[in-house]
Amino acid sequence: MSIFWIATIGTSIIAFALKYSGHSVPERWLSHPKIQQINALIPIALLSALVAVQSFSEKSKLMIDQRLVGLSVAVIALLLKAPFPVVVLSAAVSSAVVYRWL
Amino acid sequence: MSKVVSTTLRDSLSVSLTVGAYGIAFGAAAVANGFTVLQSCLLSLLTFSGASQFAVIGVLGAGGSAISGIATASLLGVRNALYGVIMAPRLKVSGLTRIVAAQITIDESTAVALGQEPHGIDAMRKGFWYTGIGVFVFWNLFTLAGALGAQAMGDIRAFGLDSAVPAAFLGLVWPRLTGKFECILAIACALFAIVMTPIVPAGLPIIATAFIAIVIGLKR
Repeated sequence: MSIFWIATIGTSIIAFALKYSGHSVPERWLSHPKIQQINALIPIALLSALVAVQSFSEKSKLMIDQRLVGLSVAVIALLLKAPFPVVVLSAAVSSAVVYRWL
Repeated sequence: MSKVVSTTLRDSLSVSLTVGAYGIAFGAAAVANGFTVLQSCLLSLLTFSGASQFAVIGVLGAGGSAISGIATASLLGVRNALYGVIMAPRLKVSGLTRIVAAQITIDESTAVALGQEPHGIDAMRKGFWYTGIGVFVFWNLFTLAGALGAQAMGDIRAFGLDSAVPAAFLGLVWPRLTGKFECILAIACALFAIVMTPIVPAGLPIIATAFIAIVIGLKR
C-alpha cells in the first residue's frame, strides 16, 4: 500500500475518532483550562510551520522561488482584509506569472 | 417560515457556500502534492476537516512520511473533539445520528451554532445541522472539481498551485494571530521549521512545533 493510501486512511480514522470522542466523553475531561490553552496554540504553531516549509523548501532543501512572491501577495491581501478565496487566488496568480515569465 | 429559522438558514447557507468553495483549492492542492483524485475525495468525505486535510497533503507533498502526515493532521483535529464537547449537551443525540453529528462537527458548524445562541436551543441545533451538512455537500463537490482540474493542468507551478497551498495555510492561521504573543509564537515556529528542514526528516520540523505549543501552553 502506498504511503498516500496509508495517510488518507489513517488521517480519516483518527479524525473521526477525535470528533466522536468529543461527543462521547464527559465534558470535564476536556474542559480543563490548560487543555483549552494548548488547543488554541497548537494550530498557530503547526499552521505557521506549514506556511514556512511549504513556501521555502522542496523535499529537504531550502530554496527561494516564485512562492515567495505568492506568499508576499497573500500577506498583502490579508492585511487588506481580503476574504480567504481572494487571498489564495491572488497568491496563485502572482506566483504563476513570475514562474512563467521569469 | 419564522424569522429566526430563515436567519439561521441564511447564515448556514452563506457559510456553506463560501467555505465549501475552498474545497476547490484543497482538491487541486491534493493532486498537486501527489494524491490521486480518489484519495483527495476520500479525504474530504472521511476526514472532513480543512486544516487537517491541508496538513496531511502538505507534509506528504514535502516528502514527509505517512506517520508525520497523520500526526500533524491529527494534532490539528484535536479541536474538533473540543467542539464535540461543546455541542453534545446541546444536540442530545445518540446512535446513528450521533455518528453523523460527530462527522460534521467542524469549525463552521460549531461557530454558526454558537452564533445562534441568543435565538434559543432550537436555532442552535438548526444552525449546526444546516451548516454542517451544507459545508459537507459543497466541500466534497468542490474537492472533486479541484482535483479533476489539477489533474488536467500538468505543471502545477505554471498555475501557481505551489503558492496556493502556503497561502491557504496563511489564511487559516491569520485570524488566530489575535495578539503579540500569538504573532511571536507563529514567527518562532515558522523560523524553527525552516532551520530544522535541512537537518531532520521532512514532516518532523512541523510536528515538533506542536510540542513547542504544548510546552508554552503548560507554562503560560
